[in-house]
Amino acid sequence: MVYRDRGKTTFSLILWAALFAVLLLALTGCGEGAWNNPHPAAERDQNTFYSSFSLRPKHLDPAQSYSSNEVVFTGQIYEPPLQYHYLKRPYTLTPLTATELPRPYFENAQGQRLPDDAPPGQIAFSVYEIHIQSGIRYQPHPAFAKDASGQPRYLGLNEADLRERNQLSDFSDTGTRELVAADYVYQIKRLAHPRLNSPIYGLMAEYIVGLRDYAKTLGEAMQGGGAGQDRYFLDLRKYPLPGAEVVDRYTYRIRLHGEYPQFVYWLAMPFFGPIPVEADQFYSQPGMKEKNLVLDWYPVGTGPYMLTVNNPNRQMVMERNPNFHGETYPTEGEEGDRKKGLLADAGKPIPFIDRVVFSLEKEDIPTWNKFLQGYYDASGITSDSFDQAIQVSSQGEVGLTDTMREKNIQLSTSVAASTYYMGFNMRDPVVGGLSERARKLRQAISIAVDYEEFISIFLNGRGIPAQGPLPPGIIGYQPGEAGVNPYVYEWVGEGPNGKLKRRAISTAKQLLADAGYPAGRDANTGKPLVIHLDSTGGGPDDKARFDWLRKQFAKIDLQLDIRSTDYNRFQEKMLKGTAQLFQWGWNADYPDPENFLFLLYGPNAKAGKNGENAANYENPEFDRLFGKMKSMPNGPQRLQLIHKMVDIVQRDAPWVWGLHPKRFSLYHAWLKNIKPNDMANNTLKYKRIDPQLRAEQRLKWNRPIVWPLVLTAVLLIVGFIPAMIIYRRKQHSRGVQ
Amino acid sequence: MLAYILRRTLYAIPILIGVNLLTFWLFFVVNSPEDMARMQLGQKRVTPEAIEKWKKERGYDKPLLFNAEAQGMGSVVDTIFFEKSVRLFVFDFGSADDGRDIAYDIRQRMVPSLALAIPVFLVGLLLNITIALIIAFFRATYIDYMGVIISVMLMSISALFYIIGGQFLVSKILHLVPISGYEGGWSAIKFLILPVIVGVVGGIGSGTRWFRTIFLEEINKDYVRTARAKGLAERVVLFKHVLKNAMIPILTGVVVTIPLLFMGSLITESFFGIPGLGSYTIDAIRAQDFAIVRAMVFLGSVLYIIGLLLTDLSYTLVDPRVRLS
Repeated sequence: MVYRDRGKTTFSLILWAALFAVLLLALTGCGEGAWNNPHPAAERDQNTFYSSFSLRPKHLDPAQSYSSNEVVFTGQIYEPPLQYHYLKRPYTLTPLTATELPRPYFENAQGQRLPDDAPPGQIAFSVYEIHIQSGIRYQPHPAFAKDASGQPRYLGLNEADLRERNQLSDFSDTGTRELVAADYVYQIKRLAHPRLNSPIYGLMAEYIVGLRDYAKTLGEAMQGGGAGQDRYFLDLRKYPLPGAEVVDRYTYRIRLHGEYPQFVYWLAMPFFGPIPVEADQFYSQPGMKEKNLVLDWYPVGTGPYMLTVNNPNRQMVMERNPNFHGETYPTEGEEGDRKKGLLADAGKPIPFIDRVVFSLEKEDIPTWNKFLQGYYDASGITSDSFDQAIQVSSQGEVGLTDTMREKNIQLSTSVAASTYYMGFNMRDPVVGGLSERARKLRQAISIAVDYEEFISIFLNGRGIPAQGPLPPGIIGYQPGEAGVNPYVYEWVGEGPNGKLKRRAISTAKQLLADAGYPAGRDANTGKPLVIHLDSTGGGPDDKARFDWLRKQFAKIDLQLDIRSTDYNRFQEKMLKGTAQLFQWGWNADYPDPENFLFLLYGPNAKAGKNGENAANYENPEFDRLFGKMKSMPNGPQRLQLIHKMVDIVQRDAPWVWGLHPKRFSLYHAWLKNIKPNDMANNTLKYKRIDPQLRAEQRLKWNRPIVWPLVLTAVLLIVGFIPAMIIYRRKQHSRGVQ
Repeated sequence: MLAYILRRTLYAIPILIGVNLLTFWLFFVVNSPEDMARMQLGQKRVTPEAIEKWKKERGYDKPLLFNAEAQGMGSVVDTIFFEKSVRLFVFDFGSADDGRDIAYDIRQRMVPSLALAIPVFLVGLLLNITIALIIAFFRATYIDYMGVIISVMLMSISALFYIIGGQFLVSKILHLVPISGYEGGWSAIKFLILPVIVGVVGGIGSGTRWFRTIFLEEINKDYVRTARAKGLAERVVLFKHVLKNAMIPILTGVVVTIPLLFMGSLITESFFGIPGLGSYTIDAIRAQDFAIVRAMVFLGSVLYIIGLLLTDLSYTLVDPRVRLS
């Protein structure tokens, strides 16, 4: 009996020891290196960039993808004809697959060519002829695979063929082919595809000749061919589009209605990247969609990277495209770039990084800690981690904390080409309209809402107060005294020592009294003026902001009523034009003032017209100037018009101008060539990693500390001793004394 | 017994219809098909035509519950509710609003969910029962009092604290395991150690206290006194007799949760980056993806019903006196 018990004890000891060994092996990843490394040990010295994503991308089809978390991928895979220069500022377009920047020529209504300086009234069409480079090849992809007879290897697949194929990598054969102009035309046609719902279809249908009719034609073709092959694959080559035509193998032509100089910026977005018909045909086969094998999830491009793992539930991996046509790092940039080391790699072939791993991280805390441990190469700064990362000196200078400096972490800051504002509904009988009364009321509120304070309290100083709709980096933005909004601010001091100063509350109160609301009460009725703000917030985080806002209005004796609602109800109100005051924002699509000033263009009103002019602002003079400015080439004349337009809206104050956010990002010393670029979305190819330095630092920062585990075990054993004594005593005690 | 199972299965149908109706109603109280379209199509440059087209393609252009324009059965059948719900009963979950196949995603995500939930369940159960028996053994001693105090303390702490505290201590300070992440195969172990520990420790307080109460109730019964009178060691009395007789209340609470292990853990999966069904559901709610929400609620209901049925069946296994009829 005794021996059997001992045997049992020995057996359980061996079992526990084995379990402990397995756990230890698992902990160490069966090899050397840090135990807490979330990446496989084999990747330790590899030239891999590690990043994260918090929201899985909805679309990777360039006709549909528009969100910033999607272009992180599509921007590296698809190559539109143009791109933004990585280093130059102001933002400059350069050719990507095009041989040169396209210059439009103009035609009249009869299709006759007009001189370049033809008056805008005569111009019926703008024509862009784009020549692309020869010899560019697509990434290896099964859609291009051919069998021995030269026929597509994976076309006409049946259910049995697809049974064992769940991912793209399950198709063993791949192929490639040269990029041709027809691929670009094919993609332009896809913008009108009824199945795709491209977000820019509405806008492009206004400009690209025949695109609206083309969508109808495709819709009819889909209905008519519902029972046939068109049910799955609609061959767009069969349906010509007058606004997009192939000229020759390497040239295509886009014809637009009227003048639209901003169109070239669209040519730098993945919307205008190439799509090979083979890919569309491949993914449109029956049974593919059911396995999520669609172009929307497995993009096919010519760019420096290709998506090799697409598991948006966990990880997305891009690898260097072996067929990439090659490019070199820019040899020139902005003043100061050389000093910052941004031109150290000038002329070297890109991309530098072999592999990019994006891991799903839904929470900020783990993401931030992994960055600090060196497992992510770069990071943003959330409000929670701001104090840990950034310190602001008494002079207001922003710098890194000692902890960050010890790790040699670098800080990069830039003002985003974005504007966050508080808009007045210009159709509202109280705050809206162009009357002097309403104007003064809006100006008074604009003075009262102290955005400098907001930036300081809620954004940790990450922003600059806006003076108008245009953010820095956009033509027409004026820094310093020249750009001051005189209705809200004054400029005090001279030269470089001068600074902005918000006008006094007494000025705001006077404006309010002039508007007919002395001491915040209607002069006629004596009732207090209540302003209603519609907001999508309502959580605990928003409470402090709302309290702050109420305080701002109270400074001029106005009452602010905040009506919290969900985003969809809010959208509905905006579409109906029933909100009075609202908060909104806009990120630049392209670096042209038109992309911001159109937010105030009358015919573009949100209410009734579903435009982007959320304030429903309508000033005939502004609208006239906008129509003129929109189609003008950049130059002093255009700049003058832009300044005039900004003056008008500063005076009318349809928005409380709000702020332009400042982006802070951190990156480790081993990550090179970092320069914030708000316009370009294909910047991964310029980044460089020093994997050796990273491996050393990771090891240094993450040495496992085991002694607390041993101590805990010892304490547990010690703690058990009295219990064991009681147990033995109890077992050996007599039942009856 | 077969008749019993069949009857319970038939009872499940009206329950599932009710759950489905309730989910549908709750979802569409706060979301309209327009909202869903807008969420999917994005915020910039979305035209009303695009919204209408999106709705039509996905069948959201129909009336919600009753089609006044249709005739006869059409007024019920030609509605969003009918079209979206009826397929669920044959486990055809259809596609998510972004076009992905829901059944495929559920299959993919079930494995990580189970990889986390099963160890937490088994280790937690074993540990809770063992600790509760030990406390019961030392009843009315300082060990018992300390055990109850510690249990109440552990119960009072939020699950989020265990997660963040665990990540901070074990991963950030001691550098023993990754903070978050997941890999397939055996590599998953190093990512699962911490969430499993956190899950087990987080459940010790309530589990131990509950089991202790059950055991203390049993310990005072006559058969225990008889066992002791026979001269059996206290260890044998507790682990052989008390544990066996306490199985019915234990099974009532435990077996019903087994099928629900498939559903994953909402917070833990999210914080530890485990791509399971818990985070799938949370993502769907955030994205207003009715197709996924509906599928997950339906699946949860089915699993819960199965759990209840298994609980009833398990009674017959541990107590021969129980007969299902």
